[in-house]
Amino acid sequence: MASTAKFWREQAARYNLEGTRCLTCGSFFFPPRAICPRCRRKGEIVPYRFKGTGEVITYTTVHQAPRNLNRQIPYTLAIIRLDEGTQLLSEVICDPEEIHTGMRVRAVFRKLGEEGERGIIYYGTKFVPILQT
Amino acid sequence: MRKVAIIGIGNTPFGELWDRSFRDIAVEAGVKAIEDAGISGDEVEALYGGNMSAGRFVEQEHIGALIADYSGLAELHIPATRVEAACASGGLALHLAFLAVASGWYDIVIAAGVEKMTDVSEDVANDLLVSSVDREWEAICGATLPALFAQMARAHMQKYGTTEEQMAKVAAKNHANAVHNPIAQYRRQLSIDAVLASPIVADPLHMLDCSSIADGASAVVLCPAEDARRYTDSPIYVKASVQASDSIALHDRREITTMDATVFAAREAYKRASIEPSQISVAEVHDSYTIAEIMAIEDLGFFDKGKGGVATLEGETEIGGKIPINPSGGLKACGHPLGATGIRQVTEIVTQLRGEAGKRQVPDASTGLTHNIGGTGGTAIVHILSTT
Ligand SMILES: [Zn+2]
Repeated sequence: MASTAKFWREQAARYNLEGTRCLTCGSFFFPPRAICPRCRRKGEIVPYRFKGTGEVITYTTVHQAPRNLNRQIPYTLAIIRLDEGTQLLSEVICDPEEIHTGMRVRAVFRKLGEEGERGIIYYGTKFVPILQT
Repeated sequence: MRKVAIIGIGNTPFGELWDRSFRDIAVEAGVKAIEDAGISGDEVEALYGGNMSAGRFVEQEHIGALIADYSGLAELHIPATRVEAACASGGLALHLAFLAVASGWYDIVIAAGVEKMTDVSEDVANDLLVSSVDREWEAICGATLPALFAQMARAHMQKYGTTEEQMAKVAAKNHANAVHNPIAQYRRQLSIDAVLASPIVADPLHMLDCSSIADGASAVVLCPAEDARRYTDSPIYVKASVQASDSIALHDRREITTMDATVFAAREAYKRASIEPSQISVAEVHDSYTIAEIMAIEDLGFFDKGKGGVATLEGETEIGGKIPINPSGGLKACGHPLGATGIRQVTEIVTQLRGEAGKRQVPDASTGLTHNIGGTGGTAIVHILSTT
């Protein structure tokens, strides 16, 4: 599915949650965008590394998935709103019973999958619950 | 711009058509539509074919020319164009055919949709489906189509109190309608309990909340409205044809429980047709997952936002209800050959408006709507059809 070059190109974003922000309107973008949809030509886009904390907006636990997504079934996915305001989709490593809307989560560096049986392993960001004290 | 009419329709059966190839089914639907229109093939001036992924399902690209060729039109050298907008490819083919006739450039145009999905394994087909959403930032993170719709369902349940039973009712109602549809893949009743007892694919969605992989092709013939009665006593007029787009990824949308592309396309379509949602007699909507039908009937303005599930469970979307939805059986029971679906929906509304739907006929149907989406709502296409 995914080629080595394809992963290498997106490495900064996948490894470090590197996106962009628009200095004109203050919007944040992940994955990085070169054009601000609000400001377009008036936008001034600069790189931005997200803090990596946010909360769960909605979620599901997947029990059936195509083989080449290379996932251990079941796994839990969520749409997460980062504290900067932008949203992304990620696996959340937790007990499926534990996840809930509004749960606080933080980014961790994990293996995302691998290409074929003996292929390269590719890494990126997943999320884990922030333990409440 | 000229007014446009539909004068012919054709469908193959939908399902696992082991004995028929991609080109066989495309030609079968096209020939049926041409025969239904009572025209001869050499009157066709252009062809638009909707198809999502022939390159990966049957390793064949350049299918515009292929379909025209095997329809016996090669020596006429007509323009034959393949268009793609994921599961909305069929709706897009009709939209472009409509524009071609409305503009005055062509008179007789065919819009077709075709997908041959069962030549690859179910596992491969399910992976190809994920190409309709963001491969880089959804699929690589583990998203499947059911997983994305499941997250819409979860959000809809939490925001509006929608229940799994209400979603299951969508499937049960559509299967009941399909019993009377000769082209449907599953012509059998399905109970709410059976849906709820089927395995979880991505919670809260069960296997029987999801539409199925199928082969199938559909076609319609268009001409200028002023010429339509030359070919048929029951022309159906295209009152509006609108296409809209939105973020490819679900997480980038303004709202998880509404498809803004649907809202935008519907609003524009009602305006162009000069009608209100309450004047629609029957609709075919994109129920690729049961939650998608509930969201669609809200976003199209048939029910207030958040009330689609309750209305469904109370029978308001059954044939004989306030607004019959998916009298064909929908994607759920007809099967969902991606590129064919948008045209198949239109053939159903034409059949309903002609009064030829037999035991699934919606009484006194005079105005109908079709709603076809790509992916999780990155594209929406709405058509409004009428007998006058
Ligand atoms: Zn901006």
